[in-house]
Amino acid sequence: MPRRPGALPCWLALLLALGGASGCIEAPAVLSPASRGGDEVLQLTWIIFAIAAVVFLIVTGLLFYCAFRFHAGPDAPTPRQVASNVPLEVAWTVIPALVLVAVLALTVRVVRDVIGPNQAAAATMHVRVVGHQWWWEFQYPDQQVTAANEAHVPVGESIEFQLESDNVIHSFWVPRLFGKTDVIPGHHNRIYLHADEAGVYRGQCAEFCGLQHANMRLLVVADPPDRFAAWVQAQKTAARTPIGQQAQNGQRIFLESTCSGCHTIQGTPAQGKVGPDLTHVASRAEIAAGTLPFSPANLERWLIDPQEVKPGNDMPDLHLDGETITALVAYLAQLE
Amino acid sequence: MAATTIATAAPATQSRFLAWVGTTDHKRIGVLYLCTTFAFFLIGGVEALLMRLQLAVADNRLLGPDAYNQIFTMHGTTMIFLFLMPILVGFGNYLVPLMIGARDMAFPRLNMFSYWLLLFGGLFLYTSFLAGGAPDVGWFGYAPLTVTIFSPNRNIDFWILGLELLGVSSIAGSINFLATILGLRAPGMSAGRMPLFVWMTLVTAVLTLLAMPSLSVAAALLFLDRHLGTGFYSAAAGGDPLLWQHLFWAFGHPEVYILILPAFGIISEVVPVFSRKPLFGYYMVAYSGVAIGFLSFLVWAHHMFAVGLPLTAQVFFAASSMTIAVPTAIKIFNWIATMWHGTLRLTAAMHFAIGFIGNFLIGGLSGVMVAVVPFDWQATDSYFIVAHMHYVMFGGSMLAVFAGAYYWFPKITGRRLSERLGIVHVLLTFVGFNLTFFPMHLLGLLGMPRRVYTYAPDPGWEPINFAQTVGAVILGVGVLVFLVNVFRSLRTGERAGNDPWDAWTLEWATTSPPPPWNFITHPPVRSARPLWDLKHPEDPDWKRSRSDSRVGVAHGSQVDSGQPSPPPGPSYSDGSPLPELPERTYWPLLLAAALVAALVGVLVHVALVAAGLVVAGYALLGWLLSERPR
Repeated sequence: MPRRPGALPCWLALLLALGGASGCIEAPAVLSPASRGGDEVLQLTWIIFAIAAVVFLIVTGLLFYCAFRFHAGPDAPTPRQVASNVPLEVAWTVIPALVLVAVLALTVRVVRDVIGPNQAAAATMHVRVVGHQWWWEFQYPDQQVTAANEAHVPVGESIEFQLESDNVIHSFWVPRLFGKTDVIPGHHNRIYLHADEAGVYRGQCAEFCGLQHANMRLLVVADPPDRFAAWVQAQKTAARTPIGQQAQNGQRIFLESTCSGCHTIQGTPAQGKVGPDLTHVASRAEIAAGTLPFSPANLERWLIDPQEVKPGNDMPDLHLDGETITALVAYLAQLE
Repeated sequence: MAATTIATAAPATQSRFLAWVGTTDHKRIGVLYLCTTFAFFLIGGVEALLMRLQLAVADNRLLGPDAYNQIFTMHGTTMIFLFLMPILVGFGNYLVPLMIGARDMAFPRLNMFSYWLLLFGGLFLYTSFLAGGAPDVGWFGYAPLTVTIFSPNRNIDFWILGLELLGVSSIAGSINFLATILGLRAPGMSAGRMPLFVWMTLVTAVLTLLAMPSLSVAAALLFLDRHLGTGFYSAAAGGDPLLWQHLFWAFGHPEVYILILPAFGIISEVVPVFSRKPLFGYYMVAYSGVAIGFLSFLVWAHHMFAVGLPLTAQVFFAASSMTIAVPTAIKIFNWIATMWHGTLRLTAAMHFAIGFIGNFLIGGLSGVMVAVVPFDWQATDSYFIVAHMHYVMFGGSMLAVFAGAYYWFPKITGRRLSERLGIVHVLLTFVGFNLTFFPMHLLGLLGMPRRVYTYAPDPGWEPINFAQTVGAVILGVGVLVFLVNVFRSLRTGERAGNDPWDAWTLEWATTSPPPPWNFITHPPVRSARPLWDLKHPEDPDWKRSRSDSRVGVAHGSQVDSGQPSPPPGPSYSDGSPLPELPERTYWPLLLAAALVAALVGVLVHVALVAAGLVVAGYALLGWLLSERPR
């Protein structure tokens, strides 16, 4: 029953045809879970979808039948004035009720399995997720690692994500790993992600959180245990010393200008806490919470005018000259 | 020459204008409601098209985030508070007194007040565009995004105060409906003989009365948070952002039924007439509407399955939400049974009614799907929900509004809408609507969240979005066809006569359009279909009905109403005088205007608040003193 990635059911195919879409569409994220519990939810999804589809076919079938079979001209004789039929009416009250009781029973079973009390005990690791406007901070208290917009987890383990916000409500959503859980100021929501397959999973804020809600994306990277350990090790170490004249200039500019007021680079005096920690910014796949892929060119674009790339974000347009930007890019691109 | 023409023309135009401005006639107020709200629908529709154009391709720069967020907020706010809710009130205003054989609403001046408050409230909300920007926090306005530190601008205050105004308008309106339906029914019209549209308007009025205060309170607390720093919604101050969600959805979910129950009522009028059969299971359809109304207060937290509610609460709200599907299913099966073995006349109205059943069904089924909690964790706040709610609000309520428009246009204007253009409208609407919204289910499953002003090209969302934009344009063309139809038919439409559809409820017993006093006499009400009884003396409903068949006699008319109706005039046929209807008055209008001025003052200057309140007091006094003793 559970579908694997790539198994597009025919109704989706129909839709794709409707939209004139070609092969560029990947398997729906929600329908290709890669996490423990995900298959169970998916199975439930298919069951209720099947029930809904059957009901839809029956009712629309009846509608079309009526429209064609009983369609009559203006001179048609008056039909018999039948106004009720108690057994029928009881039947279409009781049967839907029974179907819904069954749906409810299935729902309760899956809810208990998926968010039952055993979850917390099974967790091997904690990640504190802080939703900012508009980026994600990931703190690994046990590993003493702070990352931004890209969380690494070991595959095959249950990881507790503690969701916190000191600003507005966000919602943490990585469709292939789990459904949404809101990140609410004053609340301490927890979810447990258990990636079964190594891979990079796209996530995104799902609760409208202001101007740049659209550009509040994240990645969860599920690594095999050894690679995860290597990642932790790399993230724990202080930032690399810049190599080359330009990068060294870049570091000097970074530390002397306003950059360091907002960003932290471990191993340097830059300890700002407003924006993402940049100690290992070059190890990440994206910049500005998934707004742009990481590349020196995009970094340059960002530094030329962050407000043009992601209007409204907290980083002001610093009106840097070309030379300064080149130096900063050279420095940041080395921070792996 | 020219001067004389103007001199003679001017007073006539002016008085016609004033006749509308100062009217207390429920039919004129109904028409004002219908026209005003449809204008807001067009504005909301343009906003929808702008959103669709922005989302047509990935990384689009047509609209920035600021504009997009304002537009989607105003789209939702407009469509719900300024269009769907009040247009159904407009239908109710026009039709309920006619359907129950009354001369007007119970409180004609209050009715007028409700209308002007709606118009001013809507204009008030839209002036925010001129005053530095419209609200941009979504129609649901989740705290704490709405509190001052995250939204320092005036736009949120416009939104709060606008909602308060519209709340007063709809609460006043629902009191009026309750009093009218409970108190002014024609002799013989027991509850079991009321047209279903009246039944559903009654339930809706109760829901509005009970649900609206929750929103008003929520918005008032937000206002206090913003201006007095009370901290109801601020975790740091000991409040809780979730309080807003509970209060908002305690209003918001009954609101969904406030928007759909009158639509059920319209469908329950249209389907029988065009099937030439009485509504199947009248009592079940009526009582299931009552059941839906009751249950609608028990399901609010199904909007909040992702906030971290305890397991037991999630299961309770899943169960209560699924329960609503039962009375809804009852209605759908009853409509189909009404068509079964009927002789169907597939007019534009009937097409829309059948389309309503099919499309609303999709919304209902996806509604059950999202009541399944683990699925909802994935679906909520994704495009799946956008699809679901548009199948309910557009596939449901909006199609019913179109069905009602084609059905009652002849009664309101005396002319029919063109059926040929009507069918074009039907086709464009069905194709455009489904092309716009059905793929959104898939988009949600592909992981696209709601309320994003842009998206990256990589997740494969682009072709679907593009198709949806094409669908939205088709839908928009359909609306244009409808507008052309309305304006053409107003002048050249086929004359309708009193009863163009050979229908059965009392509104068809009077002229089209009806005279200011509605009826001199109307047929006796001895069943839910008084005109059927009149036209089919050999087979009247009351002979077949199970329980009482007491003869109701309307306003001194003879039971034998086969005779031609007496000429309209200011007295009943037996010479007894008509009860006086309030004449033209401007006090309620002045009161509404003064209240709005006072609220503008809240945003501008305290002197204006004071002036507004003084004038409001004066208007209230004038209103009360102009009340004639009975």
